[in-house]
Amino acid sequence: MLLSGWFIALLSAGYLGLLFAVARFGDARADAGRSIISANVYALSLAVYCTSWTFYGSVGRASSGGLSFLTIYLGPTLMLLFTGVILKMIRISKVHRITSIADFVASRYGKSQLLAGLVTVIAVVGIVPYIALQLKAVAASLEVLFRQSGVAVLPWGLDSTFLIAVVLALFSILFGTRHLDATERHEGMVAAVAVESAVKLVAFLAVGLFVTYGMYGGLSDLFRQAAGHPDLLRLLQVDGSRAGNWAALILVSGLAIVFLPRQFQIIVVENVDEAHVKRAVWLFPLYLLLINLFVLPLALGGLLHFQGQAFNADTFVLTLPLAHGAEALALLVFIGGLSAATGMVIVETIALSTMVCNDLVMPWLLRSTWLQAEKRQDLSGLLLGIRRAAIALILLLGYVYFRVAGEAYALVGIGLISFAAVAQFAPAMFGGMYWKQGTHSGAVAGLLGGFAVWLYTLLLPSFARSGWIGDGFVAQGLFGIAGLKAQALFGLAGLDEISHCLFWSLFANIGLYVAVSLNSRPDAVEAGQAERFVDVYRYGGRESETRLWRGTASVDALFGLLERFLGPARSQQQLAAYAATRGAADWRTLPADAELVHFAEAELAGAIGSASARVMVASVAQEETLGLEEVLDILDEATQVRAYSRELEIKSQELEAATTELRAVNERLRELDRMKDDFISTVTHELRTPLTSIRALSEMLHEDPKLELGERTRFLGIIVAETERLTRLINQILDMAKLESGRAEWTTGLVDIGDVVRESMASLEQLFRDKGVRLDSELPTQGPQVLADRDRLMQVMINLLSNAVKFVPGRDGRVRVRVGVDGGMVRVEVIDNGPGLTAGESVVIFEKFRQGGNTLTAKPQGTGLGLPISRQIVEYFGGNLWVESRPGEGANFIFTVPLPAPEA
Amino acid sequence: MTRMRPLRQRLAMLGLFGLPLLTFPLLGLPAGDWFGLPAGYVYLFGVWAGLIALAARVAERQGK
Repeated sequence: MLLSGWFIALLSAGYLGLLFAVARFGDARADAGRSIISANVYALSLAVYCTSWTFYGSVGRASSGGLSFLTIYLGPTLMLLFTGVILKMIRISKVHRITSIADFVASRYGKSQLLAGLVTVIAVVGIVPYIALQLKAVAASLEVLFRQSGVAVLPWGLDSTFLIAVVLALFSILFGTRHLDATERHEGMVAAVAVESAVKLVAFLAVGLFVTYGMYGGLSDLFRQAAGHPDLLRLLQVDGSRAGNWAALILVSGLAIVFLPRQFQIIVVENVDEAHVKRAVWLFPLYLLLINLFVLPLALGGLLHFQGQAFNADTFVLTLPLAHGAEALALLVFIGGLSAATGMVIVETIALSTMVCNDLVMPWLLRSTWLQAEKRQDLSGLLLGIRRAAIALILLLGYVYFRVAGEAYALVGIGLISFAAVAQFAPAMFGGMYWKQGTHSGAVAGLLGGFAVWLYTLLLPSFARSGWIGDGFVAQGLFGIAGLKAQALFGLAGLDEISHCLFWSLFANIGLYVAVSLNSRPDAVEAGQAERFVDVYRYGGRESETRLWRGTASVDALFGLLERFLGPARSQQQLAAYAATRGAADWRTLPADAELVHFAEAELAGAIGSASARVMVASVAQEETLGLEEVLDILDEATQVRAYSRELEIKSQELEAATTELRAVNERLRELDRMKDDFISTVTHELRTPLTSIRALSEMLHEDPKLELGERTRFLGIIVAETERLTRLINQILDMAKLESGRAEWTTGLVDIGDVVRESMASLEQLFRDKGVRLDSELPTQGPQVLADRDRLMQVMINLLSNAVKFVPGRDGRVRVRVGVDGGMVRVEVIDNGPGLTAGESVVIFEKFRQGGNTLTAKPQGTGLGLPISRQIVEYFGGNLWVESRPGEGANFIFTVPLPAPEA
Repeated sequence: MTRMRPLRQRLAMLGLFGLPLLTFPLLGLPAGDWFGLPAGYVYLFGVWAGLIALAARVAERQGK
């Protein structure tokens, strides 16, 4: 029931309709400016690589060649890892508005119409077998389904394969050529391809799981059963005798992933964001891995199941579920296979039709008198018509090839013929991207040579094999010369036909490309393009483009040209957008300068290819031809200017940095100068205070001889105290100066800190008793010992203790001294219950002449140098001095001195 | 572009590293059964999956 003809037709139509709806949705979103092409969609759309070949053919290949089917997927995995190559290709294509691989090659070698045409012919001829493969696969799958249900295959006496070709052609036309786009981007198509990719993966995994786990007891069971048959055992092992073939297949598939017209379309032309490539680098190979996981199990399952019967290994994915009555699964598989074929055909024919239209038909039309006569006509409709016809023609050719040669080959065999054909683009493409000396003549020679060898060693023998032409040149060699045997050229036998063809064709291709390139001179346009392709990251902008064009043109003529090829609405829209970028309100007011000409050429290139666009623009603009030397000079100049400006930029940055540095140094110097001034004025001030009081008292004593004895003694006492203070101050200033200049004398030895603390406490005992302050201590009885200057440490200790006693209140004042060891450091704490310090004060008291307490109202109680000196001393010994305190909660002065390192 | 450079080189390094692993003569080394499956099958898919995992790590980490 499920398998009746009408149901299958309905299901297929429904599925294609769904794809169409997805495409419409994608296009609508793109028009609205909200692209649905994300990194994941991009990666998934790359899986258009997996066609019927993968879906049906891989299993067939695996059942005769074992694991060698995997090479077709390992090559792309490795190729994508060379992301730099792909990104460069994308960048070049964006900068030059390249819309196909033919355009790429033509544009690189001087916008040559000859090369564009040649690449197009090779691509079309090369891809025809591949299209035939899809038709054959879909036809075979239908046959399997109908054979099962007993429905007549040809309801109206029609050839089913032809019918399929017609349906696919209609669908591709509907899909890809609804409108002309300057960039030839089809976001809707990409979205549909992504969906299609997901469907075929699900379908294939489903049948893989069904066969492996439903029909057999899992992977190991399947492999064990297969190992029991000597024929099948061979398939499980990697065959080392075919090492060369293995490497050749990896190479050819690695090249195919970028040079197949549809892959170039998806990877390069349809790329909306270079960052998407990063995702594709691993997600697409992951897709390939998943879709191949069950290929070998399916092949083994099929071979085991149909042992002794007639079978076609290419259709195992369908016949196995059918043999077990899983009709729904078989339908799913059929849809998956249809999906794989349609996806490929749509993208491939769209890519090829663009090439045929732009690079074969347009150049011819542009020369014909008919077009000259219809000067004012809108040609955008004609362009679409040509593309549609090209799609139909390509599918027709595919059908013809299928009739002529298709029966003689398995699916993979047909596909590999196409792979070998597109591999011929590799030298011209890679050389064009990385080798400036590659020339137009070299590319033409290489392509022609490679293509000729491919024709002779692969395509013609495929016709001969089906008996369509005589096979004399294969069996005995052309004209009976044994050295010219098509598949053992010059006696090179022992390789399979693909490796053989690949070897000779690439040998001829690369050899001719390099040799002719080195012996020919590029013309001006070509040399310019070579520079811009190879150094694409350097010539990013429009700048050098416009410098390379000199001549006169009129805005009206250019507009007329755009209108003819893009249609009036679209060209007005593009011009308005362009005028906006140049800040003009109306495009009619724009000057007809080099930039406008370049813009027009780029727009046209999107529609009719770079070679034709160049011819068209030249027809309305009077261009001065530049000589080769001149072009190279201009490009060179541009590079030099850029290099100079970069150098200048670096220099100015360096200057700026130096200036900032100098400014900072100057700032620091001025700060130091100010500090010195401050210091001197403070010192003077500090010295003057005691001097003034000494002088005042001395004058009183001098002038009044009748002063009472008691008064006299008191005055003299004050004079003595002030003199002492003066002496102390001068000593400390000298001390400070010595410490700071590093000329202080140190006598370092082992010092028992406990001792030092005890001694200094004893020496200040009287002071404490006088003020009624309690002095406690928490000391170990002996040690700890450190390497330091005993007198200096004493100085620090006495300073801290006398500070403490100064600030605690009389009578209930308390000071505690604690000595301990903490992680390799001796830690001495002097804790008081004085008024405490704010966070700000805790910092400034270590500055010179800053005193604790309010210095404005109270008489200064110290010199303001004790703490800075103490800190210098402690730091000299490798320790630290700081204070922990909060207002109202007393202060805790702590210093540390490192313990001597233990002797080894 | 400068940001992408190390990424390109890392990925290219993976490619250069994967190529000998996935071709002969190294491919001829696995023999017999691994985990009850043919060694060649396990080896090929294993190396392939490893390359993909490494590429994913490199590509996605750099994006941050």
